[in-house]
Amino acid sequence: MFRIRRLVHKHFAMTELRVSYTLDSTLEAVDNAEQAACRIATESGFDEDEVMQISMAVREAAVNAVLHGNAYDPSKKVKVDFERNGCALIITIRDQGKGLDPAKIPDPLAPENLLKTSGRGIFLIRSFMDEVQILPSQTGTEIKLIKRVHGPSEGVKEASQ
Amino acid sequence: MSMKTSTRQIDGVTIVDCSGRITLGEGSVILRDTVRELLSKGQKKLLLNLGEVTYIDSSGIGELVSAFTTVRNQGGELKLLNLTKKVHDLLQITKLYTVFDVREDEAGAVKAFS
Repeated sequence: MFRIRRLVHKHFAMTELRVSYTLDSTLEAVDNAEQAACRIATESGFDEDEVMQISMAVREAAVNAVLHGNAYDPSKKVKVDFERNGCALIITIRDQGKGLDPAKIPDPLAPENLLKTSGRGIFLIRSFMDEVQILPSQTGTEIKLIKRVHGPSEGVKEASQ
Repeated sequence: MSMKTSTRQIDGVTIVDCSGRITLGEGSVILRDTVRELLSKGQKKLLLNLGEVTYIDSSGIGELVSAFTTVRNQGGELKLLNLTKKVHDLLQITKLYTVFDVREDEAGAVKAFS
């Protein structure tokens, strides 16, 4: 089961969008989250490199939620929300695990960690998104991924702020 | 597209042509099993041709690192060939580009094995 709820409010003139998915704790769900991110990022007008970055960040966050958060527990779900406004795409991924402590994530670029076979997911997410917020709690981890629109009009807006 | 591998031999070097996605699950497992099988047959000079790899995630990167260290620990050598821009960029930002011996020319790569 991939999609049990899909809320879409499209206002094409304002390019606003809200989509919510509730996913099982499976690898198939990870693929589905990645595909949804790819489709929504493409529809949002991001260029090819940005689409790859967004979809990969979502994949990595979904992998963390399914593996490390929910530990493949079939009774636990992963919730993925996509929210697009005029200036950014915001993706929120929540699991029902024990809570990830971002302070305990080792630096994968440290020489002693370079040859480790895991531990690069959060680093890649931070590399690919403009802003990343990790909010752990005892009932799960919420990670918010933000990618801003970098079009010409947006540049003017940012410069004037 | 799921991950596929095929192997061929040139001058004592085993070239593993990889295609598809090296991601958590099937893709990573296929790469791991391929490398283990080659090592078990005594084939320790491995050239991974990643030219047709369309996508790799952090698990796939970890699998490449694992293959590299496993081969090295058994006295062999593993080199990478034909990185796509995506894979090249990922190895750059994870600082692994200089860890691996990355080659662009197959004949030159084969000759580079000791």
